[in-house]
Amino acid sequence: MSSIEIKDIWQIYDSRVVLEKISLNIEQGSFVSIVGPSGCGKTTLLRMLMSEEFCTRGSILLDGIPLPAEPTLERGVVFQRYSVFPHLTVLGNVLLPMELKASRWLGKLLGPKRYNAKEEARAMLEHVGLRHAADFYPAQLSGGMQQRLALAQALMAKPRVLLLDEPFSALDPGTRADIHVLTKRLWEETKMTIVMVTHDISEAFRLGTRVIVLERPTPDDPTKGARITHDIPVRPRAKDKKGAA
Amino acid sequence: MRLINRHPGKHGARLLAVVPFIALIVLYLTASAVRHAANPMDKLLPTLSQMASAVNLMAFTQDMATGDYLMLTDTLSSLQRLIEGLVISIGISFVIGIAVGMLPYLRKLCVPFIAAFSMVPPLAILPILFIIAGIGETAKVTLIVIGTAPFMIRDLIMRVEEMPKAQLIKAQTLGASSWQMALRVVVPQMLPRLIDSLRLSLGPAWIYLISAEAIAAQDGLGYRIFLVRRYFAMDVIIPYVIWITLLAFIFDVSLRLTQRYAFPWFAGAKSQ
Repeated sequence: MSSIEIKDIWQIYDSRVVLEKISLNIEQGSFVSIVGPSGCGKTTLLRMLMSEEFCTRGSILLDGIPLPAEPTLERGVVFQRYSVFPHLTVLGNVLLPMELKASRWLGKLLGPKRYNAKEEARAMLEHVGLRHAADFYPAQLSGGMQQRLALAQALMAKPRVLLLDEPFSALDPGTRADIHVLTKRLWEETKMTIVMVTHDISEAFRLGTRVIVLERPTPDDPTKGARITHDIPVRPRAKDKKGAA
Repeated sequence: MRLINRHPGKHGARLLAVVPFIALIVLYLTASAVRHAANPMDKLLPTLSQMASAVNLMAFTQDMATGDYLMLTDTLSSLQRLIEGLVISIGISFVIGIAVGMLPYLRKLCVPFIAAFSMVPPLAILPILFIIAGIGETAKVTLIVIGTAPFMIRDLIMRVEEMPKAQLIKAQTLGASSWQMALRVVVPQMLPRLIDSLRLSLGPAWIYLISAEAIAAQDGLGYRIFLVRRYFAMDVIIPYVIWITLLAFIFDVSLRLTQRYAFPWFAGAKSQ
């Protein structure tokens, strides 16, 4: 029951209103796509959800509790770039969340614990189709593989909410189609809530259960911020849909 | 074809690389020969054989007074000072650089001070060091530390700050504490950058080493050069300079190779 309540938030930089009076309830387990023209503040909204930015007015609640003032374990993220650690191998990247959890001072697992964690990490890599690349460094991977890795790494931390910031925008169409299938599968398996920001409308509809459109009413007027202009339910959760299909 | 599109072949490239060295040697030998033809006692541009006998005397003959091989003792004491100074410098700058780069409170506290302190010309405070620490090893090592640490600290602070913010956010969403982030995310990524910083600091480190030795020392490469200068012993000075250059070059190459083999991910990550 990790629902997100966004209550009447405003974001104002100096005298420029970026977001105006945004209210949104995101149900547990839904996949919300946020679309809008560039500069409409959709990434700002996502940054607030990950506590990288803070709203000028209003509040955001996760399961009824205001969001903490810094990023935390329950909200995983995948960015368009720089989502994985360049100095760790693919396996090392997936291992890291477990190591951080288990070893407070070293941040590293040793001995049999490490062996077990590696097995778990390899299983996750298998799941996202990266097992063969376990010993590579991220720079040796294609863009699509890097994003698969980023997803796998985020999932290892078992977040309740996954925030995606244009995660597939830099990928070519074929790779993107593959990773869409993977993302959807992971979402269905984990039953977590996903909020994805994208400028690709077809992607928003293909993946989301709900599409939110953010737009500034008059793009050139700094006193009028972006607001939600459309809120489109796309389809019920996948398990209900299976019966229909 | 345009000049900017013309490339030398593999052999051509190698040939081009050695041309300046050969040119310098030829130029020197010609000038030396010309001067010696005019005056066989010329000391300014010694011939190869004169330098060879000087090297033989300095490096391969036991000193009559002490029984040491002078060039070896000079090299060892200079290297000891240099390495001690650099190790202390690296230690200080790594800890301060990463802590200040990561923590906003420390940044506000330290950055202006470090910026001001790094403007102090190290050689100008050398007398102070000699007064406080005496003319022993401490003053010379301290000079190297004061000369190189501020640069390395500032460089590391900048390198930490220019890490993609997304990486630190990501680490936090994976549950990392500040300490864990330092240990698992920042430090490992800063080590190869520290090597870059160290390579850039080698030049200044040698300058401070030789200056300190020139002023107060009983041995060392810089001491020897400035000592024999009194006798216009160019046949000793030139081989010493070449030797120092070679040592510096070896340092540089070994650091570069260390970086390549110890941090195989670094080259790829940098080009992304």
